[in-house]
Amino acid sequence: MNAAAADALPPPLIRIRALSKAYQRGAQHIPVLQGVDLDVQRGEFIALMGPSGSGKSTLLNLIAGIDQPGGGRIEIGGIDIAGLSEGELADWRAANVGFIFQFYNLLPVLSAAENIELPLLLTDLTRRQRRQHVDAVLAMVRLSDRADHYPNELSGGQQQRVAIARALVSDPQLIVADEPTGDLDRVTGGEVLSLLADLHRQLGKTIVMVTHDPKAAERAERLVHLEKGVLVAGTAFGH
Amino acid sequence: MLLLLRLLLKNAFRHKLRSALTLIGLVVAICAFGLLRTIVDAWYAGAEASASTRLVTRSAVSLTFPLPLNYGERIRAVQGVSGLSWANWFGGVYVTERNFFPQFAVDPPSYLALYPEYVLPDAQRQDFLRDRQGAIVGRKLADKFGWRVGDQIPLRGTIYPGTWSFTLRGIYDGVDASTDEQQLLFHWKYLSESIRQRPGANPARVDSVGVYVVGIREADDAALISQRIDALFRNSLAETLTETEKAFQLSFVSMSEAILVAIQAVSLIIVVIIMAVMANTMTMTARERLAEYATLRVLGFSPGFVVRLLAAESLLIALVGGLFGIALTLPLAAFVGQAVGTLLPVFRVSELTLLLQLLAALLVGAVAAAWPAWRISRIDIVAGLRHVG
Repeated sequence: MNAAAADALPPPLIRIRALSKAYQRGAQHIPVLQGVDLDVQRGEFIALMGPSGSGKSTLLNLIAGIDQPGGGRIEIGGIDIAGLSEGELADWRAANVGFIFQFYNLLPVLSAAENIELPLLLTDLTRRQRRQHVDAVLAMVRLSDRADHYPNELSGGQQQRVAIARALVSDPQLIVADEPTGDLDRVTGGEVLSLLADLHRQLGKTIVMVTHDPKAAERAERLVHLEKGVLVAGTAFGH
Repeated sequence: MLLLLRLLLKNAFRHKLRSALTLIGLVVAICAFGLLRTIVDAWYAGAEASASTRLVTRSAVSLTFPLPLNYGERIRAVQGVSGLSWANWFGGVYVTERNFFPQFAVDPPSYLALYPEYVLPDAQRQDFLRDRQGAIVGRKLADKFGWRVGDQIPLRGTIYPGTWSFTLRGIYDGVDASTDEQQLLFHWKYLSESIRQRPGANPARVDSVGVYVVGIREADDAALISQRIDALFRNSLAETLTETEKAFQLSFVSMSEAILVAIQAVSLIIVVIIMAVMANTMTMTARERLAEYATLRVLGFSPGFVVRLLAAESLLIALVGGLFGIALTLPLAAFVGQAVGTLLPVFRVSELTLLLQLLAALLVGAVAAAWPAWRISRIDIVAGLRHVG
């Protein structure tokens, strides 16, 4: 890409520079990420792949603002989230990030609709408005008829769709997904990926997804490969 | 808010067996705390019901040594004294020793004037004053033995030998719940004259008085008047000791001070034990739900929110247990009150005890949540998400 072409691009939603992270285990210093540079454009769907221990989940957690880097910068929407306090980071997450977990992480004592409503409690919406938002995302994930079901009354695929609805309900600009199909069979996982791809296409959400599954990664527009904490390759799928 | 309330309620009673066992522990502990406090209160009831304008004059040697009747006129003449009466402990047995209740030989007109808290219908009062063999009893005592006005009450004397029979002329009610309604009062003159007439009577008991009850105009003058009374009889054969009625009652309580301290200590230990049990429950709960708390944090809820959620859950369980404990205390106290009968005549759960029970329950809830709440406030979100409960 030449300089003129780079100038023509809008600023990336995610701009990561010289990002590093290490864990201390006793006297042992274990580097997890080293000098990672990465830009993700607004509305882009990228997949992070790499072997176990490559640092992809750590990178995802740092992007989602649930972990603190050892060094470098993570700018999301122009905000350096590494400089935010814990309280500011919580507010930032509530407004900007939807998180999809491998094991869904739904609260078992709440129904599907109640789980989806949870992030909206941090907004100024009225009860009626919250209910409307919940109904809308339930329809999007095709679970309107399961609104009052509890997680243990839903299949794995349905639970993950509830989790996706929860991630979407506050209309965040960024959705991060950590192995969203890791706990699902191939067919159900395919359905969940199709749903994510549809949402990306229809709503233009920026999605960063960690996966082990090359088939899942193919649903993304770009694949970023990590090895031993270093970005080693990027592949654009072009769809 | 409704959703959070639902989350709180469902979380609090999520593990039904664990919640039920914790609740049972709380109910028992709060109930035991209330009962033990009530026992201590009952012990002090006599002192608490004492009037600040009444003094008691007794032998300086011992309560078992009587005072001469003629001291009365000299005490009455002391400056600041507004009324005077006297009483002798009778110590009779009604049918069997198990039926213990206090009996006093008193000078009825002056005694009833000094004790307005004994409320007696006028007709019964007049009947009592007229009948030298008459007696009056408190309502609880009458109810306990099913006595009615006009009944004969036989007592077997222990201090004053022989069988004594009294005609029940009245049943008094206490002016409030703290008034002792479990005693029998009869005419001191009947006692004194009977002793005189009985062969082999102890001359020391004739025309003698157990204690003088002295009414004073100003409670603030109690110390001064006590000194004046005792000064009258200094260096006599029967020196006196005058003290406020409260101090007199407390001197009985002080004999069992060690027991009372032990009871109070046990009541606190019970609260501490349930605190530890509940802290264990809440710690287990918090550990099991680490992933859920971490998820809430990921969604944007603050550390303070998850801390409040756990604390509210702990307080809710404690409050429910506390309320059940309090509710159980009232019928249990009534049952225990009946069982101890005249030993602790005023056995009543006070408003203060109910309040302390509630506060103890809430304290248990707050302390139980403190450690796990502190832990989850410092939770590392990533580690929490990995946690399997």
